[in-house]
Order: sequence, then structure tokens, then C-alpha cells
Amino acid sequence: MTALTERMKDGLDAPICITWELTYSCNLSCVHCLSSSGRRDPKELTTEEAFRVVDELRNMQVFYVNIGGGEPMIRRDFFDIVEYATSSGVGVKFSTNGTYIDAATAQRLAAMDYLDIQISLDGADAATNDAIRGEGSYDTAMTAMRHLKDAGFGEFKISVVITRHNIAQLDEFKAIADEFGAQLRITRLRPSGRAVDTWEELHPTLDQQRILHQWLLGHGENVLTGDSFFHLNALGESLPGLNLCGAGRVVCLIDPIGDVYACPFVIHDEFLAGNVRDDGGFAAVWRTSDCFSELRGPQSAGACASCGSWDACQGGCMAAKFFTGLPLDGPDPECVGGDGEYALASAGAVPRPSGDHSKPVAVQLGRRSNV
Amino acid sequence: MLDSPLKLHPSVALRPEPFGALAYHYDNRRLIFLKHPTIVDVVKDLEQHPDLQSTLSAHGIDEQQWDNYDKAICSLIESDVVVAR
Repeated sequence: MTALTERMKDGLDAPICITWELTYSCNLSCVHCLSSSGRRDPKELTTEEAFRVVDELRNMQVFYVNIGGGEPMIRRDFFDIVEYATSSGVGVKFSTNGTYIDAATAQRLAAMDYLDIQISLDGADAATNDAIRGEGSYDTAMTAMRHLKDAGFGEFKISVVITRHNIAQLDEFKAIADEFGAQLRITRLRPSGRAVDTWEELHPTLDQQRILHQWLLGHGENVLTGDSFFHLNALGESLPGLNLCGAGRVVCLIDPIGDVYACPFVIHDEFLAGNVRDDGGFAAVWRTSDCFSELRGPQSAGACASCGSWDACQGGCMAAKFFTGLPLDGPDPECVGGDGEYALASAGAVPRPSGDHSKPVAVQLGRRSNV
Repeated sequence: MLDSPLKLHPSVALRPEPFGALAYHYDNRRLIFLKHPTIVDVVKDLEQHPDLQSTLSAHGIDEQQWDNYDKAICSLIESDVVVAR
């Protein structure tokens, strides 16, 4: 652990990495959606309120923001907000499923500065992807990527959440990225949002995690990870990037209604620090909220205190522990030493995420057969 | 590099932090950490002096430490935070 990472544990004057979800509305219903998105929330920030958030980020010298959702491009003021941000010196990277990127939109995006795009793809073929993201979503993503390539957008990102079913496709994902002149970004599946119900069957097995660690070491800094796999460092050699949980220290989430959470994966009252509509705005939440102050204080290693790998893995991901019912001062549910599986066997009740904006499940109304 | 005229890249913004500063390069979207407050002061001030060594002496930095600063500035040149002028 370097002196710098030690300092980061105490928090920074402003976050390095903000995720800002613009809407809970989404045309898809991915089974692992971290924000249980589907329907718009009536309390979502207005365009003017969104501009004020950008003003604050600019004043705090937050250099870029990761915009997501839901599907952010659904908002009719999507381009207004993005253009307001980039012209204020706040760069934008936005995540999208690609539905709203046609040829003309791709050209508009390609002409913008300080803008980066991340297309979500969770399978290297339609069957694997669509099982997670819904029928037709693979073709939609591939079409959007083709438009971006044709428009000369340059190096956009392809963002993959690693699951038990797509982990064998790492090389294929890389090949797709290379084909489009894109950069591959792979991140860890957390049991957040709707994944609270699907994580158990989707998260990689221990053997798969070992393969992933080796693959990541082999691909170095060419593959982005959002530093989300630091729990794998306990397997030996450390992966590049920040080896710590950045929640409330260097990262946070602003959700569509302005609520500020410690990270995108902990949409739960326990990690709610305030709202951008509060007095003092986002800056006050970041600098003075009790929730964030607590996360910046010394953290106990708890049950991991006597484990020789603690320095390497830092106990793993807070969100992963929380939404599997594990204590925060103990092993990650995917602890590569196997302690997570052991802990899960006696885990407490699993907390439910605070909001659920999922679309109502369509009930198939069949004609009543003759009785 | 000690006798080279240098400056902070015009597309780089510096944000003060307790450990020094966070530098963001708007052209290549890279974040770089400046891990000491003094190096931040030096980098900000490079353009006001004929070369690196005169910047260092203007900041009262002991000559024995110039090598270390030279190395630090070289790595900032590699990441395009500092450029020749």
C-alpha cells in the first residue's frame, strides 16, 4: 500500500470519479441492473437542476463524470445536459445500451469534444448477451457500435459485466473491441439492484476467478476494469489500479432524484449521504455528510484481521458484502481464499435495495381453457 | 532536463489535494497524481522562469535535491503534463 492510497482513504476534497445516473427510465430490463431501473421517477432532477449539478462539479474541479441510468439517452434533455457539462470543462463518459444511437446521432456524438461512450454488452454472442439484457439487445449494441465506427467516433468503450456465462468469452470480447477500434472494459458483477436476486447464479466461480486474474494480468492496462477486481489481488500478483474501496472516498453516485450514495452499487438508505437539493448542494454532502465521514475513518479488518492477504485485497467490495448479508468487516463473498463461501453459509438476511424502479412484470393473459 | 525551458501543458488542469494535486489531461483524459505540494508549486511556476533549475532555485530547493526533481519532471514530461516551450 503506497502512501498515496493511504491518503486517499481519508477522502479527497472532491471525488475523482462520479457516477451520475440521469434517469431510472430504461427500455431494457437487464436481470443484473445495479439500479433496478425501468420506470422514470417523478422526482427526477429537472434540466435546470441538472445544470446546477454541473456547475457544482465544475467549481469543485471534478474533471469528468460518468453518466448512466437507466438509459440516459431516453431523457429528452440528454444532449443539453451533456453539452452543458462538456462546455463547462466537465468531460462526460456515458453508458448506453445503444438503442438511440442511429447513424445521425453517431455523427453528432463524433463531432463533440470531451465525450466518451461506453456501450454495454454482456455476451460475445446474441444468446449469451440476450439472456442477461433481453431479446434483441445484442443486435442493438452491435448496430450502435457500427454507427460509431462509421461516424469516426474513435476509441469508444465496450463495457462487459463478467458473469459465470460470459467469462469464457474474454478473448472474443477483446476481438470485438479490436474490430471496432474500441477499448474493452470489464467490471465485476455486484449483487446490487436486481442482481440481488440473480447474483447467486450469475457470479463467477472460484476457478473462473483464477482464470480471470491471469487473463487480466496478461492484458495489463490495455483492458479497463474500473479497478473493480482488487479482491483478486489476494491470488498473488496485484492488478494495475487503485487497490482500495473508493466508496465515499474517491467515488460516489448521484442518482436520478439527486440522492447521493457512497458508490453506484449501494443504493440503500444505509449509504445515503444526502441530496443535491439539500442546502449546500452536492459539495456539502461530499465534504460534511456523516455517512462519508464514517467511510473515511479507520476501517476494521474484522474477521479478516488475521489473514495474510488483507493488505492485498483490503477485504474486497463493501457492496458485495452488504447485499449478500455479510458483515462489512469480514471477507468478500467472492473471497479467493474461500472464506466468503464459508461466511455466506451463515450470512444474515439479505437487505433489499432502497428503490425499485423495475417495470411491472407483464402477466401473460391466456384465454381460459374450457373447464 | 535542468536547463530546459518548460511549462505546464495548456490542456492540463491541476486540482489541489491534501497530498499535492490531481492533474487531469483534457486531451488524453488521463489522471495523474502529483504526490507532493512542492512539486505542484514548481510545475505551476515553470513558465515564469528560463528553465527548470532556475525554477528550483527560485523555490529555495536545495541543490542536492535537484536530481530528484529532475526525475519527477521527466516522468511528468512522459505523461505529457509538462512540455517544452
